[in-house]
Amino acid sequence: MLDCGLDMTSTLNFLPLPLVQNPRLSNLPGWSLKDGNAFLDKELKECSGHVFVDSVPEFCLPETELIDLSTVDVILISNYHCMMALPYITEHTGFTGTVYATEPTVQIGRLLMEELVNFIERVPKAQSASLWKNKDTQRLLPSPLKDAVEVSTWRRCYTMQEVNSALSKIQLVGYSQKIELFGAVQVTPLSSGYALGSSNWIIQSHYEKVSYVSGSSLLTTHPQPMDQASLKNSDVLILTGLTQIPTANPDGMVGEFCSNLALTVRNGGNVLVPCYPSGVIYDLLECLYQYIDSAGLSSIPFYFISPVANSSLEFSQIFAEWLCHNKQTKVYLPEPPFPHAELIQTNKLKHYPSIHGDFSNDFRQPCVVFTGHPSLRFGDVVHFMELWGKSSLNTVIFTEPDFSYLEALAPYQPLAMKCIYCPIDTRLNFIQVSKLLKEVQPLHVVCPEQYTQPPPAQSHRVDLMIDCQPPAMSYRRAEVLALPFRRRYEKIEIMPELADSLVPMEIKPGISLATVSAVLHTKDNKHVLQPPPRPAQPTGGKKRKRPSDDIPDCKVLKPLLSGSIPVEQFVQTLEKHGFSDIKVEDTAKGHIVLLQEAETLIQIEEDSTHIICDNDEVLRVRLRDLVLKFLQKF
Amino acid sequence: MDPECSRLLPALCAVLVDPRQPVADDTCLEKLLDWFKTVTEAGPSLLLLQENPCLVELLFRVLKAHDPRPRVLSFSLRLAGLFAAQEDCFQYLQGELLPMLFGESGPLGGAAWTAPTVRSGWLQGLRSLAQHPGALRFLADCGAVDTIFSLQGDSSLFVASAAGQLLVHILALAMRGPAEGHPSPQGCDWPACAQKIVCHVEDSLRSTATLQVTQALNVLTTTFGHCHSPWTQGLWVRLSPLVACLLEKDPIPASHSLVDLLLSVARSPVGSSDCGLWETLAQTLSHLSPTQAGPLALGILKLQDCPQALKTQAFGVLLQPLACVLKAAAQAPGPPGFPEGATGDSITVDTFLSSKSACVGLLCQALAHLELLQLLPQRPSPWPQAPLLRAAVAILRFCHGSAAPTSDVGGHLCAVLAGCVRVQRAALDFLGTLSQGTGPQELVTQVFAVLLEYLTSPDSSPMVLKKAFQATLRWLLGSPKAPSCCDLDPHTQLFLGELLPVLRKRLCSPCWEARDSGLEFLTQVTRHWGGQAAFRHALLASEVPELTGQLLRDPESYVRASAVTATGQLSSWGLYATPTGPEHPEVQQESLFTELLHILSTDSEGFPRRAVMHVFTQWLKDGHADVAEDLEQFVARVLQAASQDLDWEVRAQGLELALVFLEQLLGQPGSRCPYAVALPEAAPPATLAQVLQALCRVQLFEFALRALFDCDRPVAQKSCDLLLFLKAKATPCGGPQEAGASPDVVSVEAALQRWQAGEQGQPLGELEPEAVMAVLRSMDLEGLRGMLAKSSDHMEKSPQSLLQDMLATVGVLGENEADCY
Repeated sequence: MLDCGLDMTSTLNFLPLPLVQNPRLSNLPGWSLKDGNAFLDKELKECSGHVFVDSVPEFCLPETELIDLSTVDVILISNYHCMMALPYITEHTGFTGTVYATEPTVQIGRLLMEELVNFIERVPKAQSASLWKNKDTQRLLPSPLKDAVEVSTWRRCYTMQEVNSALSKIQLVGYSQKIELFGAVQVTPLSSGYALGSSNWIIQSHYEKVSYVSGSSLLTTHPQPMDQASLKNSDVLILTGLTQIPTANPDGMVGEFCSNLALTVRNGGNVLVPCYPSGVIYDLLECLYQYIDSAGLSSIPFYFISPVANSSLEFSQIFAEWLCHNKQTKVYLPEPPFPHAELIQTNKLKHYPSIHGDFSNDFRQPCVVFTGHPSLRFGDVVHFMELWGKSSLNTVIFTEPDFSYLEALAPYQPLAMKCIYCPIDTRLNFIQVSKLLKEVQPLHVVCPEQYTQPPPAQSHRVDLMIDCQPPAMSYRRAEVLALPFRRRYEKIEIMPELADSLVPMEIKPGISLATVSAVLHTKDNKHVLQPPPRPAQPTGGKKRKRPSDDIPDCKVLKPLLSGSIPVEQFVQTLEKHGFSDIKVEDTAKGHIVLLQEAETLIQIEEDSTHIICDNDEVLRVRLRDLVLKFLQKF
Repeated sequence: MDPECSRLLPALCAVLVDPRQPVADDTCLEKLLDWFKTVTEAGPSLLLLQENPCLVELLFRVLKAHDPRPRVLSFSLRLAGLFAAQEDCFQYLQGELLPMLFGESGPLGGAAWTAPTVRSGWLQGLRSLAQHPGALRFLADCGAVDTIFSLQGDSSLFVASAAGQLLVHILALAMRGPAEGHPSPQGCDWPACAQKIVCHVEDSLRSTATLQVTQALNVLTTTFGHCHSPWTQGLWVRLSPLVACLLEKDPIPASHSLVDLLLSVARSPVGSSDCGLWETLAQTLSHLSPTQAGPLALGILKLQDCPQALKTQAFGVLLQPLACVLKAAAQAPGPPGFPEGATGDSITVDTFLSSKSACVGLLCQALAHLELLQLLPQRPSPWPQAPLLRAAVAILRFCHGSAAPTSDVGGHLCAVLAGCVRVQRAALDFLGTLSQGTGPQELVTQVFAVLLEYLTSPDSSPMVLKKAFQATLRWLLGSPKAPSCCDLDPHTQLFLGELLPVLRKRLCSPCWEARDSGLEFLTQVTRHWGGQAAFRHALLASEVPELTGQLLRDPESYVRASAVTATGQLSSWGLYATPTGPEHPEVQQESLFTELLHILSTDSEGFPRRAVMHVFTQWLKDGHADVAEDLEQFVARVLQAASQDLDWEVRAQGLELALVFLEQLLGQPGSRCPYAVALPEAAPPATLAQVLQALCRVQLFEFALRALFDCDRPVAQKSCDLLLFLKAKATPCGGPQEAGASPDVVSVEAALQRWQAGEQGQPLGELEPEAVMAVLRSMDLEGLRGMLAKSSDHMEKSPQSLLQDMLATVGVLGENEADCY
C-alpha cells in the first residue's frame, strides 16, 4: 500500500470546537427541513446561510471496500502528511504487515497526530451526531452536506494509545537503503525534497522497476534536495502529490505573506496564521527572520502555539542529515541549522503549548500568531478567530493549501478581519513535472485523472496538465488499473561448488554453454541451483528405506546436441557410405531424405531429426552416427 | 618627428627585430602604429624614411628573420602599408621591399601565415597601401586579389571581415579612376581589377554554398553602404538579377545578409532611381519567413522615399504576429482591427505553433520593432493605435494566464506564454510606448486593468514589476486632465485609488527590487503630480509616505538611496509625513533633514549618501521652505558632512550645492546674453562683503579650498570653477590696496601648501573674507584649471614616453638596471 493519508476536509462540515464557552456558537439556530420538520435541529446548526454538523469532527478514511486491508503486507509512507490515517488501518482492519518510513517522517508524523488528538480531546463534546448520515436524510440536506461522500465511513479521531500502537508497527529506513520484501521485490526510499524525511520510493525486481513519486519538490527549501537520478530507467512511474495550487508560485506567495503581515502589524492589527506545526512554518520563520528588521518589525512578538510547538522546533534542529546542504554545513560550525533558534533566543519568537498558562501572561498586541489547525475547526486557532474576527485591523493569512479558505471561514461569518490567501505549496508544478519526466524518461507514467486535464475552472490552461509521451495512464477513484509490464524473467543463483563443476563450451564467439544437473531450491521467491545430492552408499542394513529418502535417479547423461544439418553435404556423406537412390523432398518445416532402396526416411526439421526405418536397428544406428557427425555435442 | 624620438627609434627597431628580447605587448605596438599614422599624415613619409633609415632596415630584418615573431611581422606589414600610402614613398619601397612583404615570396607562404595576426596585418597593410593607381598595379602584379578572395572564408572572423572590406576598398579605388561615371552594366569598360572582383562576387552569388553567398552579399552590402558614386548604379544593374535568383531558392540562403544588402541598396542613391528594387523588396518580404522578414520590414518603413504600397506591405508583416494574437484571443468577432495585409496569415500561425522559442522570438521581435517604429517621425499613418493596444493587452493577459481563449491557437498561446518573462517585458515596454497616443476610453480602462493585474500579481518577477511600474507611469502622465479644472480626471483618480494600496504592499515586499521599483515610481509620479489636489489627497490617505520614511533604514543600500530621493521629493511638495502627526509640520521637516543628514554622515554605502546630496541640492534650488528658514545653518551642516566623505561623488555634489548657494547670493554665472537687460557684473560692494561673511560662516571657503587639492580630479576641477566664479564676482570691488599680505594670509597660504602636499588634517581655522580674497587673487586658478583639464596621463601619452617605456621594458635605457630593492 502506497501511503495512507487522511481526508480532513470532512471536518469543514462541522462546527468549530471552541476552547472556551462561546455564546455565538452555542446559540446558533438549529436547522429544520423545508416542511418544518425539526428532528435534525440538535445535530445541524445554521450559520450565515451555511449548515454545519454540531458534533465532534469526523474524518474520511481511506477506501476500505475495494480491498481487504488485512491482506496488505507492507505500507510505504512518503511523508508525514501521508500517514495520518495509519492508526485507523493498523488498529481496526486486522492489518498485520509492516510499515516503512524514515525517522523524521515518523517523529513529525507523531507530532501531527499528537496535536490532532490533543486538539480534539481537550474539548470533549458530549454530542455525537449520526441521524444526518442516514442516506434518506442526507439527500434532503443542503450542499455541501448533501454531496459529502461515504459519510457512513467517517470516523472520530483516534486516541493517543492507538497512535502509539500504530507507530510501533513502523520500521525505520534511511534514504537509499534497500529493503527486501519477501524476496519478491526490493524497495528503496529516495529523498523527495518536499519535507523533512519525505521520500519517493523505488520498487524493483531484478528486471523491472516501478517508481512511486509523491509529494516532491525541486525548490531550495530546508529538506535534502530531491534525488532525481535514481528514478531513471523506470518501467512505470506512478506520479502523485503535485502542487494543489499550480498557479501560485511559492516565492510570490511568500512575498505576499510578508507584505500583508507587515501592513497589518504596522496599522496596529494582529496577524493569525493557521498552520501545521511542521513544514512550511520553518521556511516562513526563516523568511521572517531576514525580513522583520528591514520591515521595522523587530519589536513585534511572534507566537507559535501548539501542544507540540516545542518538540517541532527542536526536532527540526536535530535532523541534520535530512536537511539541505547549507543547513547541514551549519551543524559543523556548530550553529543551529534553522535561524528560528536565534529568534527564540532573542525573544522575538515565543512558543507555547496552548493559550492557557504562560501565554496569557506574555501576550502582547499587535502580534503574529502561528497556530493550528488550518481547517479552523479545532485547536487554538478557533479562539483567535473568535477574538480577532471582529476587527478589520486584524488579518488571517492562509498558507496551507489543503483547505478551501472560504469554506474554512464559513462558520465565522460575518467576519470583519481581513483574509489573505497565500497558499505556499512547494510541491512539483506541471512545468517542473515536464522537466522531471524528460530527465528520468520512464517508459510509462501513471497518475490521477485530474492531472491529465486542465483544472475545471481554467479549462483553457492546457499548460496546467501533464504533457508527456507516451500519454500518461490515468486512474480515478476505485478504478483498478493493470500496470503496463509483465514479469518475464526470474534470477536464479548458482551455488559456487556447482558452478565449479561446470564445463562450459563455446558454441559461438562469446557464447558458451554447459549442461547443469542440479536441484532447484525455491524459498521466499529466491531461486538457487544446488549440487545434486550424491547417490547414497548402500548401507547394507535391512532398515527399510523411507520414501523421503529417495534420491533422484541420476542416470548417465547423454550429451546434448546442437547445430544444423546441411542437407546437400549430408546426402553426399550418405552416398559416400554406400547409400544410393537418395531423394530429397522439401517440406514446410525442413526436408525429408528418402533412402528408397533401404525403405528408410530421414525427417530433418529445425528442432528435431527422425530416422524412420522398419526394425533395422543396425541401419538406424549407422544413419544416426552419420547425422551426429554434423552436430556438436556437449 | 621629434628629435628625441628620432634618437630613440634605432634602439627600438633593434629591440623589435632581436629575437632574444621580449616582444612589447600588442597595446604598445598599436600605440606605435597610431603614432606613425599621425606622423605620416602630417608630413612626407619618404623624408621620414630617409631621415630614419632604421625603419626600412627594420622591415628588411623582419623579413629576413629565420623565424619572425607573428606580432612583429604583423606590425611591420601594417607599418609598411602606412608608409606606402603616399605614392612617392610607395615607389621608393616598391622595388624590393613591398613585393617581399606582400607578394608570394613574403610571409604568405611561410609558417608565420598560420597566425591570424599576420594575415590580419597583411590585409591591413594592403588596406593602407591601396590609395593610388600605382597600388592597383602592384596588387595585380603580386596576385594579392586572389589571396584576398581566399581570406574571405578565413577561420578568423576578424580576418574574414577585413578581407571583405579590403575588396570593397579596392573595388572603389579601381572605379575611382578613368571609369568614374556611368560604366556599362556589362562590364566591358570596367578596369580589370574591378572586373575581377565583380566576377568573383557573381560566381559567389551563383554558388550553392551558403557561406560563399554570404561573403558576396556582405561585400555588396559594404559597397553600397560606403560608395555612393554613380558606378554603383551599374553594379546593381549587373548584379540584381543574381540577387533576385536567390529569392527563388528554398530555403533562401543567407537571408540575414540578403536583408542587409537590400536595405543597404535601398538607402543608397541607387535605391531612389531603381524601380526594380522596390519589386525585389516586395518579393523578398513575401518570400521570407515571418521572423526573417521582420528586420526587413522595419528597415523598409524607416526609408524616406519608398512607395506607399511597399510600406503598407512591410507594416503588414510587422503587424501579423499581433494580428494573430488578436485573432486567437477573440471571444467573438471584434471591431475592425489592423489594416489589410496584417490579418495573421497561416505562415505566422505555423510559426506560433511550431515551438515555444519560435513563438516567443517572433512576438518579442514584432513588439520591439513596433516600439521602435512608433517613435519615428516617418511611422505609418494612420497608426493603428486601438488594435495595437488591444493586442498588447491580449499578450499580457496570455502571459498572465488570465486570457480565456476559445480557439486552438489561443489555447496553444496560453500554454506557451503563461509566465513567459521575456514576452512580458517586451509587451510592457511596448504598452508604455503606446501611451504617447490616445485610445478609446474602454481600451484605456483595459490597459490600466492589465497593468494593475501585473502590479498586484505575486508572480510578477522583479524585472516585470519594474517594467509594469514604468508603463503605468507613462500611462498615468499621459492621461488627460479633467476639462473643468486642472486636476486629474475621474478615471485616473479611480485608478489611483486602486494603485496606491498596491504600491503600499510593494513597499513592504521582502524582495528589495520590488521596494526599489515602487520607490522610483513614487518619486516620478510625485515629481509630476505633487501639486495635484486629487493625488495629494489620495497619497496622504494611503500610508505610502510613512512607509517611504521607514525605508530610509532599509538594509539594502539601493533601496535606501531610492527612499532618500522619494522622501526628498515628497517633502518638496509637503507630502512627507512622519508618525509625529500632521499638526507639527515643522517638526517633521526638521526630523527629515536630520535623518537625511544622519544618512549622509553615517551610511556605509555611497548610493544613499549621493542621493542625500542630490536631495539637498534640489531643496536649495527649489527654495524649500524649511531650508530657507535657516539657510546658512543648512549649508554649513551639509558642507561639513560632505567634506569628510570618502566618496568623491559626494564631495563633488557638495561643490554643486555650494555653487547653487553662491549663485543664489551672487547671481548666475556667465549670464552674458546680449539681449538680456544689462545687469551689473558684480554685486554691489556692500552686499559682497555680506556675502563673503556668510561664506566664511558656512565654511564654504575651507570646503572649496580643501577640494581644490582633492586627489580626485573632477572634485578639484569643480572647486576650481567655483573659486574662479567667486573670484570673478569679487574682483571688481577689491582694490589693489587689499592685495597686500595681511597677517592671516600667511597662515592660510602655509596651510594650503601643506594641503597641497597631502597633509589635509589641519583645519584653516577662522577665516576673514579679506584674507580669503587675497589668497584667491594670489593663486593662479586659471593655470590650475588648465592643468586639471588635461587628463591625468597626459605626460605619459607622448610618443617619447611610449618609446622610452618600450625600451625600458627590455632594459635598453639602463635606468632600471639598479636593483631598487
